[in-house]
Amino acid sequence: MKNVIEVENLVKKFGSFVAVNNLTFTVGKGEIFGLLGANGAGKTTTIRMLCGLLSPTSGKISVAGYDAYTQPEQIRANIGYMSQKFSLYSDLTVWENIRFFGGIYGLWGKALKGRALELVEDFKMHDFKDIMVESLPVGWRQRISLAVSLVHKPPVIFLDEPTSGVDPVARRMFWETIHHISSLGTTVIVTTHYMDEAEYCHTALVMVDGKIGALGKPGELKQKYVVETMNELFLSLARNGNTKS
Amino acid sequence: MAQSSFLNFITKEFKHIFRDTRTLLIVLVMPVIQLLIFGFVISSEIKNANYAVLDYSNDYLTKRLVQRISSSGYFNFKGYLNSYGEIEKVFKNGDAKLVLIIGNNFSQKLQNDRFANYQVVTDASDPNTASILASYVQGIVNSFTTEYFGLTRQKERVSVQSRMLYNEEMNSAFMFVPGTMVLILMLVTAMMTSISITREKELGTMEILLVSPLKPWQIVVGKVIPYIGIAFTNVLVIILMGYTVFHLPLRGNMLLLLGVSSLFILLALSLGILISTLSKSQAVAMFISMFALMLPTILLSGFIFPIENMPKLLQWLSLIMPPRWFLSALKTIMIKGQGFQYVLKEVMVMIAMTLVFIGLSIKKFKVRLE
Repeated sequence: MKNVIEVENLVKKFGSFVAVNNLTFTVGKGEIFGLLGANGAGKTTTIRMLCGLLSPTSGKISVAGYDAYTQPEQIRANIGYMSQKFSLYSDLTVWENIRFFGGIYGLWGKALKGRALELVEDFKMHDFKDIMVESLPVGWRQRISLAVSLVHKPPVIFLDEPTSGVDPVARRMFWETIHHISSLGTTVIVTTHYMDEAEYCHTALVMVDGKIGALGKPGELKQKYVVETMNELFLSLARNGNTKS
Repeated sequence: MAQSSFLNFITKEFKHIFRDTRTLLIVLVMPVIQLLIFGFVISSEIKNANYAVLDYSNDYLTKRLVQRISSSGYFNFKGYLNSYGEIEKVFKNGDAKLVLIIGNNFSQKLQNDRFANYQVVTDASDPNTASILASYVQGIVNSFTTEYFGLTRQKERVSVQSRMLYNEEMNSAFMFVPGTMVLILMLVTAMMTSISITREKELGTMEILLVSPLKPWQIVVGKVIPYIGIAFTNVLVIILMGYTVFHLPLRGNMLLLLGVSSLFILLALSLGILISTLSKSQAVAMFISMFALMLPTILLSGFIFPIENMPKLLQWLSLIMPPRWFLSALKTIMIKGQGFQYVLKEVMVMIAMTLVFIGLSIKKFKVRLE
């Protein structure tokens, strides 16, 4: 299987602070790749570098076959991004949001309308497609953000803490959607600080102080570290990380 | 593709503006209200000022004089005083702003000695009003005596006849219409664009836009175009209202006027963009706009306070205030009716400022992207 994302010796420094320290990993097509860690462990910094919102201090990044230094524009056209903050226009309706973001990716006319209808269908949004986003509950807004990030059918999507502040039921639904997307061949990179969500990922990378704490399939990781849940694994890693530093 | 993206962006921006009552009020209703308020509050001409007369001659001619003053439209006759002592009383009570004292034998002295024996006393607690009123009365008395006695000017020692060129009627619209235009364009373009750009940063939508294939300049231009349209509409509305409501003559070339206004809109926009690159939140953008744009526009542009009367330091400071140059060009074109060569300097300065602000914004925007 060809790797959709390749990261080699990635480093990001803010002044003397090393936010991301020598990351190396690959992500295959259709994989759900979880970036986990405490707040400040470097998850968001990593995802922002992968999306081209931040330039790395050193190291290699390739996304969807394009190099982050020389082909940032091709990368942008081939990724979807859902940020940590809620990022739809709350004074536009669901339908208008989808159409606006579709337009930004160069879709227009019939193609845009067709794609928007498809998303409404996929995400079961008929009932509120003409409702202003501000009057929808948080769980639904997150689903719409996700739908919007898929508007141009990108091969890779980046979800930065998509489930923070969402209730357990809506979180569960959200992950079902992520699995559905991945089963259609889209690669999903997702950051989260809910350790239980690691179980839903195909591959988990636990970051501790900007470094790789553990990397592998959740099942294998649990065996290797002899723990019951990913949460325990994370706690033991975090404790070690703190005693070392 | 590029055009449809742009159109898409502009439609979205217009929706933001038209769905938010507050924004809509600021960009479309407030300019009209502001113009009306300035128009009716700041008024350098005085109408219906109360005055009283202390007449020591009390003859036919002086009665005619008083009638003449009362019918001028500037004054409102409150009655005759009986003694000099009453003058202070009427001023203190606020019954009159001015008292005209007509001396003994007004008619004879005028006829024989060619000397108008009168005195004007004003309540100078508001010095501007007082001096304007005094000059009105002098003007009326002069024309009255000339009319009745054909006074030849040679006899008088020195006579100054002042003419208010370009604004003979001292119509205050000449001052506040251009001034309000500058103020409103600053507000609508610079402040509103800086706020609308920082709003996207605050909401997090800016990140989504930056991750998209759109280039940063496309994002900024897309956001700014609707405000160009609105600002231009404001220019037209203000000119139209100035003309119809406040009788401002449009002496200059209309195309030149609109051209210079468009240049200033661009200048204000580039300032707004620069402010948005400097501020992280809407509140900061608003604060910078208020203190860096609004106050200098009102205080240092020559809108209300003449630049020539300022201390040297403030005069130099006013040189780097964009509104100053626009206001000067606006007055030259609108009121003096001059052509392009007379505003060349202002135009060049504004173009240079626009380029500097855009340059700085590009530099700053890149830094933020990092």
